[in-house]
Amino acid sequence: MQLLNTLLIGITAGSIYSLMAIAFVLVWRSTRVVNFAQAGMALLSTYFGYEAVSRLGSFWIALPVAMIGGALFAALVELVLMRLLVKHASSGPIAGVAPIIATLGLLGVIRSVISMIWGGQDLRIVAPISNNGFTINGSTLVFSPLKLLVLVVVVVLLILLSILFQKTNLGLALRASAHAPEIARLSGVRVDSVRTLGWALAGAAGAVAGLFQTVNGNGNFSPDSIDFSLLLVSGFIAAVIGGLDSLLGAVLGGLFLGISISFVLMYISSGLFFIAPFVILLIVLFVRPQGIIGVKAGRRA
Amino acid sequence: MSLNVSNLTVHHGAICAVNQVSLAVPTGTLAAIIGANGAGKTTLLRALSGLNKPTSGVVNWMGQTITAEKPEKLVRMGISHVSEGKSVIPELTVRENLELGAIWRKDGKEMKESLDQVVTIFPRLGERITQRSDTLSGGERQMLAIGRAIMSKPKLLLLDEPSLGLAPLVVEQIFQTIRDLTTQMRLTVVLVEQNAMGALKIADLGIVLNLGKVVAVDHAQVLIQDPAVRAAYLGY
Repeated sequence: MQLLNTLLIGITAGSIYSLMAIAFVLVWRSTRVVNFAQAGMALLSTYFGYEAVSRLGSFWIALPVAMIGGALFAALVELVLMRLLVKHASSGPIAGVAPIIATLGLLGVIRSVISMIWGGQDLRIVAPISNNGFTINGSTLVFSPLKLLVLVVVVVLLILLSILFQKTNLGLALRASAHAPEIARLSGVRVDSVRTLGWALAGAAGAVAGLFQTVNGNGNFSPDSIDFSLLLVSGFIAAVIGGLDSLLGAVLGGLFLGISISFVLMYISSGLFFIAPFVILLIVLFVRPQGIIGVKAGRRA
Repeated sequence: MSLNVSNLTVHHGAICAVNQVSLAVPTGTLAAIIGANGAGKTTLLRALSGLNKPTSGVVNWMGQTITAEKPEKLVRMGISHVSEGKSVIPELTVRENLELGAIWRKDGKEMKESLDQVVTIFPRLGERITQRSDTLSGGERQMLAIGRAIMSKPKLLLLDEPSLGLAPLVVEQIFQTIRDLTTQMRLTVVLVEQNAMGALKIADLGIVLNLGKVVAVDHAQVLIQDPAVRAAYLGY
């Protein structure tokens, strides 16, 4: 029973990391930028969700509101900040680093602006269904209806995303632009717009991750939420484990990380909460530096 | 005259790669641009398709000035560029690479027709339609790259070194296909080639580029006989 519990907790947490990892991968694929502001965007989207819940009273309206808000904000960041940076810092040693440093700066800015608007205190989003564990044969699992719901929604979103990428022209344009922007342009793809769309999708995925990370925890969040720092670190690590370039890799990386952490906490020590993700990252980097999806290393160097 | 280039100059940083080039290619003509490595052939072609921004000069296509237009717009005007080095996307399947060429055309039926047409021209691509394109041979990849360009229903086809890295027999096939396509689809083709002999054999018009400047323009068959051209580019 403990084994099952550990596994299910790991899968639920892992599915949220997967979404965050997908956000990282989408941005990386479209603009070759590691977006450290992703957690800030997820946090901001969670505040959008909070506003929707408190005005309209339903988590199910808050979810799409947060997604749309997150998508629009991310698109705006790409359109205004990233394009400007690429134009003005396009040569010299700073060119490759400037956008990444800028996302770190943006993370700080988003947190401060949130503090100014909503204050620094804890706010609360109540979960749409119970987080009390299922009971089987008299013993109670940690796995709850809420966790099941999180899992189902994430799986549905992943299926929708994979249909978008594999079956539609838009998905073909997204993949072509990621792998070979020049060939995509020569084929008539408006690569600039596709890049913005990549950021928007990342913003939406991050928004869901942010809301679920909040309700899957204790429901509280603030600009300095430890949950969001954890989401940033875990999502990034999951993306790296998955090879940073692959959506499937991001999903597997997230699940792998979630399950590993869950087992470490349960069977070794719960005190390893903050160090476990990093140790797992180091092990993966030593054993399979190209990530768990076997993309040829250095091909795009 | 369908393609008119006048006084086109393109810089790579401080280096002047294409220097005051003027040329005219009539509709339905296959023009071969030959020249040594570093003569500016690729840069010239990239300027025509919008990948490189010219410093000065004018490019005119079918009466419209297209200087410095973006490639994604030029495709919609019927200009397709197959860039150097078997320009296919290895991560995509053969079918996806082909569909990419028609992606800007909203009409699904037209896309299907073009796909059938390409598979008729290159039956090998039809046999490998579901494979990832990195499983193809060099010659098949070049066919795929040309096939992708045909998917966008071009009127002007810009080909950069299609013979690069291919076995002699395959080169001959590719050149023959280019010739046939030009005639059958009434295309205007600008073919940039290191393989001067092979290119001039199938071309109507020959243009010799040296250090960024046009040094000779004539009927391809005349250029093949020209002693100076033979000595410099054909090796005998």
